Amino acid sequence: MNKRFGRLSFPYIIWVAVFTIAPLLLVAFFAFTSYDINGNLYFTLQGFRNIFSGATVTLDWLGLKSILGLDIQVPVYVTVFLKSLSIAVIATLISLLLGYPVAWLLAKLKIAKKRSADFLLFLTVMPMWMNALLRTYAWLALLEPTGIINTFLGNLGIGPVQFLYNDFGIGLGMVYNYLPFMILPIYSVLVKIHPSLLEASSDLGADNIYTLRKVIIPLSLPGVYSGINMVLMPAMTTFLIPDLLGGGRYMLIGNAIQRQYMISRDYTTGSALTILLLIFVLISMSVINRNAAEMSEEGGLM
Amino acid sequence: MVMNTRSGINEKKETPPTKANAMPLRKRGGTVSNIYLALIFIFLYAPIVVLIINSFNAAKSRVVWGGFTLDWYRKLFQNADIIDALRTTIIVAVLSAVIATLAGVLSSVGIYALPKRFRRIMMQITNIPNITPDLVTGISLMLLFYFLRAQTGFVTLLLAHIAFNIPFAILSIMPKLRQMDMSLYEAAQDLGCTPAQAVRKVLIPEIRPGIVTAFILTLTLSIDDFVISYFTAGNQVTTLALTIYSMARKSVNPQINALSTLMFMTVFILLIIINMRTSSKNRIAHNGVISADRKIGKRAFTTQRKE
Repeated sequence: MNKRFGRLSFPYIIWVAVFTIAPLLLVAFFAFTSYDINGNLYFTLQGFRNIFSGATVTLDWLGLKSILGLDIQVPVYVTVFLKSLSIAVIATLISLLLGYPVAWLLAKLKIAKKRSADFLLFLTVMPMWMNALLRTYAWLALLEPTGIINTFLGNLGIGPVQFLYNDFGIGLGMVYNYLPFMILPIYSVLVKIHPSLLEASSDLGADNIYTLRKVIIPLSLPGVYSGINMVLMPAMTTFLIPDLLGGGRYMLIGNAIQRQYMISRDYTTGSALTILLLIFVLISMSVINRNAAEMSEEGGLM
Repeated sequence: MVMNTRSGINEKKETPPTKANAMPLRKRGGTVSNIYLALIFIFLYAPIVVLIINSFNAAKSRVVWGGFTLDWYRKLFQNADIIDALRTTIIVAVLSAVIATLAGVLSSVGIYALPKRFRRIMMQITNIPNITPDLVTGISLMLLFYFLRAQTGFVTLLLAHIAFNIPFAILSIMPKLRQMDMSLYEAAQDLGCTPAQAVRKVLIPEIRPGIVTAFILTLTLSIDDFVISYFTAGNQVTTLALTIYSMARKSVNPQINALSTLMFMTVFILLIIINMRTSSKNRIAHNGVISADRKIGKRAFTTQRKE
């Protein structure tokens, strides 16, 4: 290839510097600066101060207050962050529990060369492309107090059950939105496990459960890790789901940030929160990825 | 319905894998697994199907069927705000897709010709938007415009869409460039083509499938985007997704059903086209962990072709 073509990449290098790298640096920059009345930038720690030394509330996380009766005072944002973390983790675990068998069944159909496999795979992938707004909105209509589910339950003499504006609604929204992101990576690992490995395992005397525990699950771990990555990160940062299914009353870190920027117009606090969230996300991603890398090296088969 | 789906799933969770192991190749799932798959797909599609049905429901209540009607669609197309948003959405989508695809072709060729080390660095930078959450991408672009004191509006919206589309265009075109045999290009020149002719007659036709995929993909992503538009559009312009958001926050409204149905259908058709293009080249399934690992979300599917 003609080396002179390398020059064609220069505009793109400038473009990414301006539109990818600079904007990310600006988030860090605005976490520590603000404009004064005359429009001059000045250094400030007010953003972090607002986060860490604002009003405090009693921490009720993992039953610290409700079960153990402890009275630990923490800043409001700490509780919001912990709440987002726990609901995202729970949604990720549920997606894993629901998604793993689906991935396994799809992989099995695919290996057996069933025609339905490609179609079902397409059905799994489809929702990944639809934006979360449309899919979340679709649930809103189902879950409302006068919605279809409550009407149905009402006919059975139950309810109305409050699905919206609580942990259940938000968690359901997350599982629904991100389930395909769990299924696909696990599927793509499972489908590559060579059937002879399973035969070998059973020839060597392993029963099904033992094969599952010692062969299938360990070999699928890289896919599981990347699925966890793909669900946990968006679940942790979403503002749409708590906004729509929480009816403006439910605060997770994503909509806390969104409100700082779009409602309070406090870019300094917003940027400080964004930086903290981004650091958290990047650290957990690298931990998960390191595990995945080790797994695939140990496995040696991937 | 939700409760049914979920409890049904939990009970059956353990059964299919164990059962399946016995004869992984020869035995089909069995009834339990089929029911389980059916429940999961009902869970995934029921809300969308209900929404589509209700967009044709004459009764305003979503529970009672009041007869078939196209009224909501008619009202939709008489709604000046929505027509305006539709126009913005289409203009932004087409412009950003065309610009991103052209830029993607030039940049891919440029990056491909770079020395290996720089090429790898550029591809890693291209991947940054994939690993940062949408929320952060949207906010960071908003801060850029704020810092440059640019008035948010159509131009910032378009720039933001071009910005998130270019990496996708590159990621669609680059694999085709890698697959191409570069000696063809040299042979064309040896046989008397000028470099420009060699590009036009050899290079471009070779990577054309990647270019077409890049265009449809960026078009889809732009139509579908909500989060990044939300932070970069300002108060003056609005896209369909933004309109749905502001309507949905107020109340459930049959017009939104109609609008959502139209957007679903558009994206659905574009996806089928992309999917047919990708799967006819290469069977979808035998793809690596590698692609799923590195690419977050949507990309996991498209870039699979590359391996």
